[in-house]
Amino acid sequence: MRLGGVPSRKTRVLALRYLGAAALTLFFLFPVYWLFMISFKTPDEIYHVPPLWVPSHIQFSNYYVLFKDGDVWAIANSMIVAGVSSFFAIILGTLCAYSLARFNTGGDNLAMWIISQRMIPPIAVVFPIFLVYVYFGLVDGFFGLVLLYTAFNLPYVIWMMRGYIVDVPLELEESALVDGLSRWDVIWKVVFPMVRPGLVATSVFTFVFAWNDFIFALVLTRTEVITFPVQLTHYFGGQSNFWAKIAAMSVLGTLPIFVAVTMMQRYLVRGISLGAVKG
Amino acid sequence: MADVKLSGLHKYYGNVHAVRGIDLTIADGEFAVLVGPSGCGKSTLLRTIAGLEDPNEGTIAIGGEIVNDLRPRERNIAMVFQNYALYPYLTVYENIAFGLRARKRPDAEIRSRVGEAAEMLGIGNLLGRYPRQLSGGQRQRVAIGRAIVRKAELFLFDEPLSNLDAQLRDEMRTEIKRLHHEITTTMIYVTHDQVEAMTLADRIVLLRDGKIEQQGAPLELFERPRTEFVARFLGSPSINLIPAKLVAAERRVAAIFDGGGSITLPASKSAALDGAAGRAVLLGIRPQHFSRAGGGPLRDGFVSYSTVADLIQPTGTRTFITIKIGGVDAIAELQAHDVESHGQKIELAIDLNRAVLIDPGTGSVIA
Repeated sequence: MRLGGVPSRKTRVLALRYLGAAALTLFFLFPVYWLFMISFKTPDEIYHVPPLWVPSHIQFSNYYVLFKDGDVWAIANSMIVAGVSSFFAIILGTLCAYSLARFNTGGDNLAMWIISQRMIPPIAVVFPIFLVYVYFGLVDGFFGLVLLYTAFNLPYVIWMMRGYIVDVPLELEESALVDGLSRWDVIWKVVFPMVRPGLVATSVFTFVFAWNDFIFALVLTRTEVITFPVQLTHYFGGQSNFWAKIAAMSVLGTLPIFVAVTMMQRYLVRGISLGAVKG
Repeated sequence: MADVKLSGLHKYYGNVHAVRGIDLTIADGEFAVLVGPSGCGKSTLLRTIAGLEDPNEGTIAIGGEIVNDLRPRERNIAMVFQNYALYPYLTVYENIAFGLRARKRPDAEIRSRVGEAAEMLGIGNLLGRYPRQLSGGQRQRVAIGRAIVRKAELFLFDEPLSNLDAQLRDEMRTEIKRLHHEITTTMIYVTHDQVEAMTLADRIVLLRDGKIEQQGAPLELFERPRTEFVARFLGSPSINLIPAKLVAAERRVAAIFDGGGSITLPASKSAALDGAAGRAVLLGIRPQHFSRAGGGPLRDGFVSYSTVADLIQPTGTRTFITIKIGGVDAIAELQAHDVESHGQKIELAIDLNRAVLIDPGTGSVIA
């Protein structure tokens, strides 16, 4: 029963929930907001006490410096390394996954063994890999990083894509085989379109892994192929930190991921939930 | 157009011997139905003909050519699957055109053939839709359209109607039969539904445990089964089997039921049972071979039987009643209004000319 203007218990609980959700959202979004704001502030405003919530006017000089000094090449390097390695990991991984899913390659345990490779802590292997890379002259080049990220992402791609492929009704493939397609055509024209949401979701994750990797990039590059996370660390000095550069670079480094996730959100949600049950 | 010849075909899955030495010839233009219970190997056999499974032994010839080493796409067959196997990301038009595109046919030809097939199946207005926007029956039509558009030498159907509800199934069954009349291509059709088998087939191939139990025209299998399995599998409701012992009775043979009572077999059966006195049998009488006795003299081979109607199951056209014969529950199929109430006494005529006698030990029909 409702009395006068007193909201019902249900309404009050709902209001509390929204309030809680709003508070949490603010809490988590604040650092992102702060990052963006710093990137638009002048040095005076950055160190202003009390802190300024909004800069007096939006100015892009922090970004301009990054472009002028050529620091943004790090972003381009990251794009190339993450993009190319994701592409190869997805193509190779999906083919491997198809083989595991449809021909039961390696019996029941190979898939598990493959994913276990992904669980190795990078720090445990980075120095042996460094020595090997030095021996083969792969240090500080695109090829070395692309090779490494492809190798590191493969198990993940195989594991994820295997789950998606198993879900594709076998009859679709058989029907295509009878209709006149070769096995390769079937993979290209039937399996790929069917697993597209999974493919997109997996690609985003592999891209993000390569994009965010710090430890390998730090050890395996020197001056030529510096990636975005490594470049960022150059702004942390013993004496002082270049907050303006850190913020502007971080924003630039976040944008590609932000764009990718936004554009592919439709697939991502479906892709993630598709793979959720099957493993 | 092509005939199909299977010789000594075997297929193993690990330790499971799914197909055990099948020899089968299907004539050009014939509609053959592979039927049998789950796990009898009928789908495996069909998939082997399609090239989706490799046989471990034996040969498959289509149109006189041995195709064992040919891939599915090289066999010039078309196949309709149980789950329709439509590509959800393609329109109906593209689904039907899929096989033609795979074979790189020119666009103009694709357009005319897809149009023709859609016309034949009455789905011309659905070509722009996606499979998810179709009902089950429409999807199955599209799947059939995709097969016929190819003008293949051989059509394979793997339980195409089992996902449809009863009414749609009847409708599609008729359409498939009509389709066969129109395009007269050799068709092999797998089903576990004996009604589908009976109504569609020129020839039924009844499989059991990976072997052919019996093959022939539908009515031949229905009326002259060679084994208990065939007798039981075909016919709905199922044949009544009553355990009995044969005894000699004045130049005739009589069956004394284990559960009490007896019946004298007609001359047509007695001749084949010479010297069979003392033998245990199952007397098989189909529900359709009962009728209400009219009071007049019975025809030769018919016997009268007084009983009480227990359960009554009217279907509208016919009525099934449960009665006791030789202590066993049996079903008799009568006309709709032959029996009105439970417990009613009734005089039945049984056509024993069409009864079968089965050796319970071997399961084979002896007369």
